Amino acid sequence: MTAVTVAAPVAPRRVRTRPPLTQLAAPALASAVAAIAAVDVLFRWFLPLTGSLGFWLSAYAAFLLVYAGVVALTTGSREAMKDRVATVVLASAGLLMLTVVVLVVGFTAVRGWGALRHAGFFVHTTAETGPQDPLKSGGIYAAAVGTLEQVLIATLVSVPLALGTALYLSETDGRARKAVRIVVETMTAIPSILAGLFIFAIVILTFGFQRSGLGAALALSVEMLPVVARASDVVLRLVPSGLREASYALGASRWETVKRVVLPTARAGLVTAVLLGIARVVGETAPVLLVAGFTSELNYNPTSGPQLSLPLFVFTYVKFPIDNAITRAFGAAFTLVVIVLVLFVIARVLGNRQPGQRWLRRVR
Amino acid sequence: MSALTVAVPAEPPRRDITAVLPRADRRLALGLRGAALTSVSVLGLIGLFLLIKAWPALHRAGWGFLTERRWLPDVGRFGIASVLEGTIVIASIALVVALPVAVAVALFISEAAPPRLRSALISVVDLMAAVPSIVYGLWGFFFLQPRLITVSRWIAVHVGGAVPFLSVHDPSTASSFTSSAFIVGVTLSLMVLPIATSVMRQVFAQTPQAEREAAYALGCTRWAMIRGVVLPFGRSGIVGGAMLGLGRALGESISVFIIVSPVFTYTTHPLQSGSNTIAALIVERASESSTFGVAALLAAGLVLFAFTLVVNTVAGIIVARSRSGAATEI
Repeated sequence: MTAVTVAAPVAPRRVRTRPPLTQLAAPALASAVAAIAAVDVLFRWFLPLTGSLGFWLSAYAAFLLVYAGVVALTTGSREAMKDRVATVVLASAGLLMLTVVVLVVGFTAVRGWGALRHAGFFVHTTAETGPQDPLKSGGIYAAAVGTLEQVLIATLVSVPLALGTALYLSETDGRARKAVRIVVETMTAIPSILAGLFIFAIVILTFGFQRSGLGAALALSVEMLPVVARASDVVLRLVPSGLREASYALGASRWETVKRVVLPTARAGLVTAVLLGIARVVGETAPVLLVAGFTSELNYNPTSGPQLSLPLFVFTYVKFPIDNAITRAFGAAFTLVVIVLVLFVIARVLGNRQPGQRWLRRVR
Repeated sequence: MSALTVAVPAEPPRRDITAVLPRADRRLALGLRGAALTSVSVLGLIGLFLLIKAWPALHRAGWGFLTERRWLPDVGRFGIASVLEGTIVIASIALVVALPVAVAVALFISEAAPPRLRSALISVVDLMAAVPSIVYGLWGFFFLQPRLITVSRWIAVHVGGAVPFLSVHDPSTASSFTSSAFIVGVTLSLMVLPIATSVMRQVFAQTPQAEREAAYALGCTRWAMIRGVVLPFGRSGIVGGAMLGLGRALGESISVFIIVSPVFTYTTHPLQSGSNTIAALIVERASESSTFGVAALLAAGLVLFAFTLVVNTVAGIIVARSRSGAATEI
């Protein structure tokens, strides 16, 4: 018997269509260092452009030039050079955006830290605090109460309407669906100041009510309604039609299908839609400004008297030409950012679940 | 041969089938229709109430409302010519600054970024869109402005000689450059950026895979593929994203109000201190105006309403028409 030797299958060599990251990053890094060094020297002696922003703009331009040269020399190909330079430009745009977000959030935190580090900032009001008083006294409690109540009312008003509209779009065969969808999309783009003006024109000019937290809440719900309706519409359209058809095949009516199948399947997505709607309006200043009126006193009652809210607090205090007042404004602004951030993270976590995941798991 | 007769089966009598919906279903249909109708009517009501309440002012000013640049409602001399022009100038600056970055970020997310970075960046774009505008206003005023002034000055001194509209009266003092249309525009670009980016990203991502692969098979580099396939394919996405961004920039009020120093002359030199927009005008005057002044402000709001409505509708149509945009969320 002769031994048959079988060649062990060789794993096919992986073909790289593009050099590994290290090989791409090294010249870019070297070019960056060279460019910064060169521009630094130029800046000290020659260039009239001053300031850190000018420095970084020049350094970036120099970096692109140096990098293009390096790639052209090492690869010897015009196309490769264009490709690499374009990739670097795209990546730096992404980096720029990231930097801006970090700077906006970080700057707000740093400028507001003087107020934020006192725990009293969250439990006191500024009713008996002048703008110039030390940061230990006074805080955003009244504003936080106002924001909480106004956003809650806005949610109660807008979510049922928004959900009904979204269900109308996805669950009925109404003839006006296309028109409704277009109008809702247009409404998301209405400037927020107009939501305020609208409620101002109705509630205060037409019906003669005084400025109050309730009016502000209505203005916010005008703002929130289309946002929630559109997001819910998208979520409801993701519900697999097989589930609906199965329900109809079992003899369920439309109402039963909506209640037992569609809504539970889309629950996580609908919660996300509502959270994103809240995140959108919680920091809206323009609608609140016209309708809520200003007071620095604590007002639990949204139906009568002016009511403070966080955006209004920021807006009012930032106008004082006094350092302590501006620090308070930044403290409140950072509180707003944190609220938006938290809402956003919750929405992301919920939104990453597939629609129907929960439902299917229960069946299995 | 005998005739073959075939009996034609008589057609059964037609039965009309009408579905009798259960009562709960009828109520549901009614409720949903009512909700949809209410939501839709809000848009009409906004226009209607602005028109009704602005009518005294519009009636008094007549067509002069569109050509008068001063804002003195109590002596009957008021119009939106200067603020409308300022609105357009500032929104254009925001668009010019934001658009290249938005296209680049959108391309980076859809074409170049590694998958994990991609989803992180998408979240960052969404978060950037959710940051309240007043926070951008604070940042623009306290962080950006001192740094941008140096850039303004450089442009005014070195380019202003050749291009008259980029010059300023007195480049030696910083106060010539503060609160200018340029600084407002750059701040607004931060709010335009996420909106434009997310529309463009979604359109770019729908470029057919086969066409990309065909480009690669012809020996294209990635950049060549992007120029040859993704950009032509996503052109309507770029235009639509830009117009939606424009809509946002036109209507932004609070951050403009915080930064700008209001004037009622035409904004001819964007680097020079002083400009104004319709939305900022409303914020500025709403609390201190007389009844007639408020009517005049509502008239200005009505113009803004019509303006943004047109811009956004056109943007929506452009995005919807694109071959790619069929399933795009704006």
